[in-house]
Amino acid sequence: MSKMYYRELYCGTPARYWSGLALLGVIIAIGLGAAYYMEHNGHWVTGMSNQIVWGLPHVFAIFLIVAASGALNVASIGSVFGGPLYKPLGRYSGLLAIGLLAGGLMVLVLDLGRPDRLIVAMTEYNFKSIFAWNVILYTGFFAIVGIYLWTMIDRSVNKYNRTVGFAAFFWRIALTTGTGSIFGFLVAREAYDAAIMAPMFVIMSFSYGLAFFIITLIAAYIWGDRELGDFRLTKLKNLLGVFVGAVFYFTLAYNLTNLYITQHHGIERFILLDGGIYTQMFWIGQIFIGSIIPLFLLYSPAFEKSRWAIAAASIAVLIGGFFQIYVIVIGGQAYPMNLFPGKEVVESGFYDGQVMSYVPTLPEAALGVAGIAVALTMVAVGARVFKVFPETLED
Amino acid sequence: MSNKCDQPNMDRRKMIGGAIAATGAMTIAPGVILHAASVSDEASSGADAKHRWGMLIDSNKCADGCSACVDACNTEHGLKGHGRPATDAVWIRPVKLKDKQTGRENRLVMMCQHCEHPPCVDVCPTNASFKRVDGIVLVDRHRCIGCRYCMMACPYKARSFIHEALTEQSVNAPRGKGCVESCTLCVHRVDDGVMQTACQEACAEEGHAAILFGDLNDPNSEISKTLKSTNSVQIRADLELNTGVRYLNL
Repeated sequence: MSKMYYRELYCGTPARYWSGLALLGVIIAIGLGAAYYMEHNGHWVTGMSNQIVWGLPHVFAIFLIVAASGALNVASIGSVFGGPLYKPLGRYSGLLAIGLLAGGLMVLVLDLGRPDRLIVAMTEYNFKSIFAWNVILYTGFFAIVGIYLWTMIDRSVNKYNRTVGFAAFFWRIALTTGTGSIFGFLVAREAYDAAIMAPMFVIMSFSYGLAFFIITLIAAYIWGDRELGDFRLTKLKNLLGVFVGAVFYFTLAYNLTNLYITQHHGIERFILLDGGIYTQMFWIGQIFIGSIIPLFLLYSPAFEKSRWAIAAASIAVLIGGFFQIYVIVIGGQAYPMNLFPGKEVVESGFYDGQVMSYVPTLPEAALGVAGIAVALTMVAVGARVFKVFPETLED
Repeated sequence: MSNKCDQPNMDRRKMIGGAIAATGAMTIAPGVILHAASVSDEASSGADAKHRWGMLIDSNKCADGCSACVDACNTEHGLKGHGRPATDAVWIRPVKLKDKQTGRENRLVMMCQHCEHPPCVDVCPTNASFKRVDGIVLVDRHRCIGCRYCMMACPYKARSFIHEALTEQSVNAPRGKGCVESCTLCVHRVDDGVMQTACQEACAEEGHAAILFGDLNDPNSEISKTLKSTNSVQIRADLELNTGVRYLNL
């Protein structure tokens, strides 16, 4: 195998790079403005309420955080599982993981009721809370992936690469387990309170993270006018197909379990049949766009060599994944909690027994999109400053 | 030779020292006295593990159309609506139920159930949600970061997030935008030795007496005696949270 050279990524024309970066800057500025607007006025200006307490910002944040740990998979396959074809992609895998996590965390923190008290979250820990563990897991992820990148880039510490790679791999599994457990540990709501949430989030992260990785890798190599071989891309494509199938399997297992349990028939009926927008998001968004279309694009012989089919499948996985998290986070809250089994709520001073509506507002969306922009900005700057991308990835 | 000695003038030193001590004492004393006063206050009326405060709500006595307890709670704690029911704070709410099989109707009030094992306390990342030794579940408004995980975790929908800036607050309940809050079991009254919550008082004044507040740990309290002699239930008893609020005739 010939020697691999890495070089800073320059776009074909400087104007393309700087205008792209400026656009991302504008998106981030709008998002920060939206966060200030929501913080200054209070959350009543958002679509969130005392019934739907987590809204669109949380969907974006969870989506990005889950994708972040998945984006690290390519590096893990290269250095932990010894996949030589993946090894040259390790640096970018680490950079993308850090970027996505930073974007997700920014959204999460700026949606807090008191973001100014972040220092409290960093200094006061309730170790029974999975949220507190996540604070440690998220900040630790930056440190571990940072060191991991160092061992990949700096030859003098390269001998530690495998050890650090192992640590990073286990850390990322713990991180997504922790994120899934946010829902898994909620005894109150029928849509949650299921141990399957943790492994399901892990497999979701594999899928979304790889989709993010593929689409940004293709884009980077087009913008940088560099060679990206079909063989390597086919490997990634096949892997994505397996992950999409695995997410579908977990979705099936989760819903079939609930369909068996009489107590959970209500929430299943809501998501699968008569939940309005949530039912549509599940069938059209999660299942059709997020599973069926990508599986078709990835496995159909007609698209065997089509780069555009791989890109389209990756985008479909991301759109479907976004809907999946939307259905989990918002759909799970919109369905009323069953406080009084066997009884119907005739009147309530606080919406008991009612399906709650949630209409996201523009500032919430602006903050969420800014999270993606932060991730892409970090990637764009990181790839230009550091030697992240191999000069060529031809077969 | 009045002062030929090489020893320092101790008188002068004493005077300076005395002046410093006096100034210091004047500066510190009010604080010390206040601290002593607050310590003695805590000793006399703070949380005491001997007690477990709770409530019993008799569904048969909860009158249709009555909102006396809700109004009293709002007045006591300075809760004011902003004309936005989905985001306005609610500490206590009436709920009317109908049995799906028999058609029997019930009315009751729901609030924080002051669980022995509160899910809100379990999930709170910063220890802002906490349970006092006397069983009252509260939110420390200085620690709450407004993540709302407790609201996701509470099986009783008992908590409200403050969606806007507040004015004209009640001294009984300091509150703030961006934090979560819920029924305090009128902890300010309990700590002042007033063994009656605002909702209970209002309900009794209306002549319904559907709410009974008291010490669940004291076998001689009215609430304990009633609980012992009647068949009360906990809402969502399946979760085994051992709630401090119980219901009769549900």
